[in-house]
Amino acid sequence: MLNFILLIFIYIGIYAIAAMGLNLIVGYTGLLSLCQAGFLAIGAYTTAVLMTTFHMGFWESMIISGFIASLFGILIGIPTLRLKGDYLAIATLGFGEIVRNVILNWDSVTKGPMGINGIPGPSIFGTTLSSMDKPAWIVIIWIFVAATYYFIRRIIRSRVGRALEAIREDEIAASSMGINTAKYKIGAFTTGAFLAGIAGSLFAAFNQSVAPLTFDFMMSIMILCMAVLGGLGNSFATIVGAVIIVLASELPRLMGISHIIPPQLNQILFGLILVLMMIYRPQGIIGRIKLNYAKIVKEEISDLEK
Amino acid sequence: MNLFNIPSNELLQHLINGLTLGAIYSLIALGYTMVYGILKFINFAHGEILMAGTYAGYYFYYFLYDPSKGAAYTIGIFIAALVIAMIASAILGVVIEKVAYKPLRKAPRLAPLLSAIGVSIILANLAALFFGTKSKKFEYPFNNSSMDIGGSSITPNQLMILAVGLIMMAGLKLFVDRTRLGKAMRATSQNQPVAALMGINVNLIISLTFAIGSALAAVAGVLIALEYKVYPTMGTMAGLKAFIAAVVGGIGNISGAMLGGIILGLLETFGVVILGIPQGLKDTIAFSVLILILLLRPSGILMKNIREKV
Repeated sequence: MLNFILLIFIYIGIYAIAAMGLNLIVGYTGLLSLCQAGFLAIGAYTTAVLMTTFHMGFWESMIISGFIASLFGILIGIPTLRLKGDYLAIATLGFGEIVRNVILNWDSVTKGPMGINGIPGPSIFGTTLSSMDKPAWIVIIWIFVAATYYFIRRIIRSRVGRALEAIREDEIAASSMGINTAKYKIGAFTTGAFLAGIAGSLFAAFNQSVAPLTFDFMMSIMILCMAVLGGLGNSFATIVGAVIIVLASELPRLMGISHIIPPQLNQILFGLILVLMMIYRPQGIIGRIKLNYAKIVKEEISDLEK
Repeated sequence: MNLFNIPSNELLQHLINGLTLGAIYSLIALGYTMVYGILKFINFAHGEILMAGTYAGYYFYYFLYDPSKGAAYTIGIFIAALVIAMIASAILGVVIEKVAYKPLRKAPRLAPLLSAIGVSIILANLAALFFGTKSKKFEYPFNNSSMDIGGSSITPNQLMILAVGLIMMAGLKLFVDRTRLGKAMRATSQNQPVAALMGINVNLIISLTFAIGSALAAVAGVLIALEYKVYPTMGTMAGLKAFIAAVVGGIGNISGAMLGGIILGLLETFGVVILGIPQGLKDTIAFSVLILILLLRPSGILMKNIREKV
């Protein structure tokens, strides 16, 4: 039982990292991306291949995984981000499917539908972690969650963050203010992909195996639901969203009634969350924290007066 | 003609297959393009509306199905099933618009899109819950043995798809171009507030658009079901491809959707044959076409490039 709760918190952490990345794209920049699972898959498979075939260590594999995922972020971003959000949604959806298709068919590298097993655990302070060392994993993963949260907070409170939010509010106005919208959009998209790659890498190392069917469209939707439920454009709310969604999906198993509840109910719940939240509470359960410019200006002035 | 060393009878064969596939894509693409023309958003649930209509047609057909009553009866109930599928899809489309999209008409662009994704997930899973995930065979209502034309074969079902597709598209084109309601529809898509000022009931026109688009998708759904069975996610991939077709032709443009569908159908069929793309990666063709079109001609083949107004 305790084991299971620990497991849930590990998954919450992994999804929270990916969801905060998505939130940067959807919530802060206002672009709808439906391929977060694809980036997770790229991250997970990169780590899996590097660690099994090339016997690299986990930490360097993780960094490489993040960069490879963001490379694909640029690749898909350049043609589509110059266009309106609706097209991006479909193109990213297609990209996610392509990633899954390629992983399924590229047997020599990805081992096709079988997936890759026997990924070694990361070594830390001279000991190698296995999936059994859950408390250690929780600490590691939540350190990454905290780092991601801080990283995004730093972005948002900078000039870049203000540019992203300007793009979300009105792209034409933003570009007439001299913001290079394509550059910032691709930047946001790439950063989101990078975070998904890191999350995927952690996912692969924790499970010590990867399989292509894990990273389907529903996973992208689940991550999207976390961002939407908590509140688009608010990283803390996204973590709360991740807690709620993972708990809701795992609750039947936790209570030992998973055999009565059909798996479809879970997905219907995601659908309902999307529709109802959009109609009744588009800002999410927690909402968006607006920067209080008046307060910032006051602080600046009082700083100057000192 | 000896293009890429393919014998001419095989070339004709692929042409027939491509056109049939294209006619299906066109029928579905019309729904996307009509809704986009008026509401400027992608109805993600379109593929699931197609699926729901197909199930309605399927159950109606097998409720009345009785092989002892002869071929004419079978064809009769098949046509009735087609109509039932159209009606079911039309009602569903209108209801979805009223419940999930109408409250969001003034919301930021992202909201209706997310809501539509939600609706599509709900519908696909409800279908899996109630009808089961196992695919159901929709038998041909007629003898589907192929006929020989100049060395290549065409099945009666392919002929039917081409004929039905042609009739539906011609009918729609006439409706939109020649009738008062069609004129109201075009006016609404050009400028909603002004159309409302001219006495057009905009809500009625939006409902009508959803009804027509959904009904056309249902026709496509039943026609695909004959070839590929009925299952809860049947609309997803077909819907995506049709959306790509709509983009290729120029989204919001009815002739564009028809043309885009045919082009995509031909590209997919010939892409596999000529470029030797493995069947497993066939879906990749459509998405690559989408990305290429977005890069080279984002407003589609038939669309004039219109700058966005502030």
